[in-house]
Amino acid sequence: MRIRALVIRIIRQFLHDRRTLALLIVAPLLVLTLMYLVFNGDAYRPRIGVLDLPTAIADRLRETDASVKSYETKAAAEGALAAQDIDALLRIEDGTLLIKLEGSEPSRNRAVLLAIPQALQGLDKAAGGDSQSPASPFAGQTPEIEYLHGGADMTSFDSLSPVLIGFFAFFFVFLIAGVSFLRERTSGTLERLLATPLHRWEIVVGYMMGFGIFTCLQAMLIAGYAIGALGSLMVGSFGLVVLIMLLLSLNALSFGVLLSTYANSEFQMIQFIPIVIVPQVFFSGLFDLETLSPWLRWIANITPLKYGADALKSVMIRGEGWSSIALDVYVLAGLTLLFMAANVWALRKHRKI
Amino acid sequence: MTEQEACIRTRAVYRRFEKKEVLHGIDLEVKRHEIFGLLGPSGSGKTTLVKLVAGIDEATSGEVDVLGTRMPKLSMMKRIGYMAQSDAMYEELTAKENLEFFGALFGLHGGRLKQRIEAVMELVQLKEALTRPVGAYSGGMKRRLSLAIALMHEPELLILDEPTVGIDPVLRKSIWDELGRLSQQGTTILVTTHVMDEAEKCHRLGMIREGRLIAVGTPEALKQETGSASLEEAFLYYGGVRS
Repeated sequence: MRIRALVIRIIRQFLHDRRTLALLIVAPLLVLTLMYLVFNGDAYRPRIGVLDLPTAIADRLRETDASVKSYETKAAAEGALAAQDIDALLRIEDGTLLIKLEGSEPSRNRAVLLAIPQALQGLDKAAGGDSQSPASPFAGQTPEIEYLHGGADMTSFDSLSPVLIGFFAFFFVFLIAGVSFLRERTSGTLERLLATPLHRWEIVVGYMMGFGIFTCLQAMLIAGYAIGALGSLMVGSFGLVVLIMLLLSLNALSFGVLLSTYANSEFQMIQFIPIVIVPQVFFSGLFDLETLSPWLRWIANITPLKYGADALKSVMIRGEGWSSIALDVYVLAGLTLLFMAANVWALRKHRKI
Repeated sequence: MTEQEACIRTRAVYRRFEKKEVLHGIDLEVKRHEIFGLLGPSGSGKTTLVKLVAGIDEATSGEVDVLGTRMPKLSMMKRIGYMAQSDAMYEELTAKENLEFFGALFGLHGGRLKQRIEAVMELVQLKEALTRPVGAYSGGMKRRLSLAIALMHEPELLILDEPTVGIDPVLRKSIWDELGRLSQQGTTILVTTHVMDEAEKCHRLGMIREGRLIAVGTPEALKQETGSASLEEAFLYYGGVRS
């Protein structure tokens, strides 16, 4: 009864405050779309300049993705490289093939270094493969490529999107729930709530349920949009994706409310973002952590976002079922309950009973 | 004063925050149906004391009894109406939605809820603004609505912390007239103020200074006892500043 009153109030607040509702729903979709546009572009075509090269090599190079430009003099070629008109310069010096890279953009370096050996390999084959030792039965044979998960046409957006949708569900809910609860305290309405027969746990549960309705809506919209409209790779069950998203946002909800206890203003709430949100992004799987030192990698185990992102990747990219995400789900649910209990306890500061 | 007559009874109440002691042994008795005023400058501990009575805060030591029950107790919240210094309402909601929410927290619903909303809004003369968002209210209107919310569940004890701050004299008078009517109907009212002319309207007064209750009595008795023409003089007298 009292919890229902709280839930109804939160719904009404949202309906009156359309802007906050928009931030919760529209903002993640907008950012997701931008990410899609940025990461789903076609593969980069390196621009390679050639100088005094045998035409066979230049022709082979033209057959790859690279765009090739021939230069007459070394000065013109070096100038083009300096002006970033080309990403690399290929020439022969003292009988060896020399690649000079512009070098300031790692992704372009990689594209160049991928294209050139490709071209040279083709050259060997064209020449009859007689430079290779005939002892190997696989000589000159192109291997067949198979994928356990994903596929040749998987883009970086496909691999990032499970982490991204989890992050957006987490971030926006954290911010809105935190600020709402903070306002409850600074405006004095929390004190007024505590002057009613409302139990402390009822306040926390009411908040979780009231906001839960909107986060549920948000979770389905974000997941549906990423998969349906943006065509993110999705081989698992949509229901599981929504379940993980929902748990992740409920976790953000309880976490945001808890942290708001330690903030005295909206501004201080914003200050939590670089401290507790941004590090989670680094450990969530957006970047490969294999090369990180083990003790630092261990931090990932205490960030809720990591469990959500892991589970989302399992379902969306690898199509795994309940058994492989069960642990992540239990951890997320457990952390949420822990945060809720901490919330109830933190409210003691305002009323002991 | 017998158990029957006392609405509020505190014995040797101390309240300490971290290192600072705000209340130093308050012994106070408030009779049923009376309007009891706590008069004192800001920072004297009035708000701390009424919060203890309202059951939001707990005394470091000492006893606080309300209507014969040891505070704080959650079940007593239904019998107490508390209006804090800040207006404490949801600005994006309409007055009606605010009233419905707080009414529901006190267990009001259906026809009874509607009836109470009508009654309290009539009382604070805000019926026309019922469906307006509170954010669009003026300061005085917010104060009245805040009072209306505290009256929703017809509390036996009404605690008002500086209820008429920022309210014009006409409205202030109408609120005090209303408090008079409520007390006639049997509501006990504990009100804090630092305005002397408001203190005159209380049945009895407690003067509080630096966390100590320095005098208790009717406004007339306090003036008479000190031979003062005004409560302000009386306050100075009890505060140890004798002219």
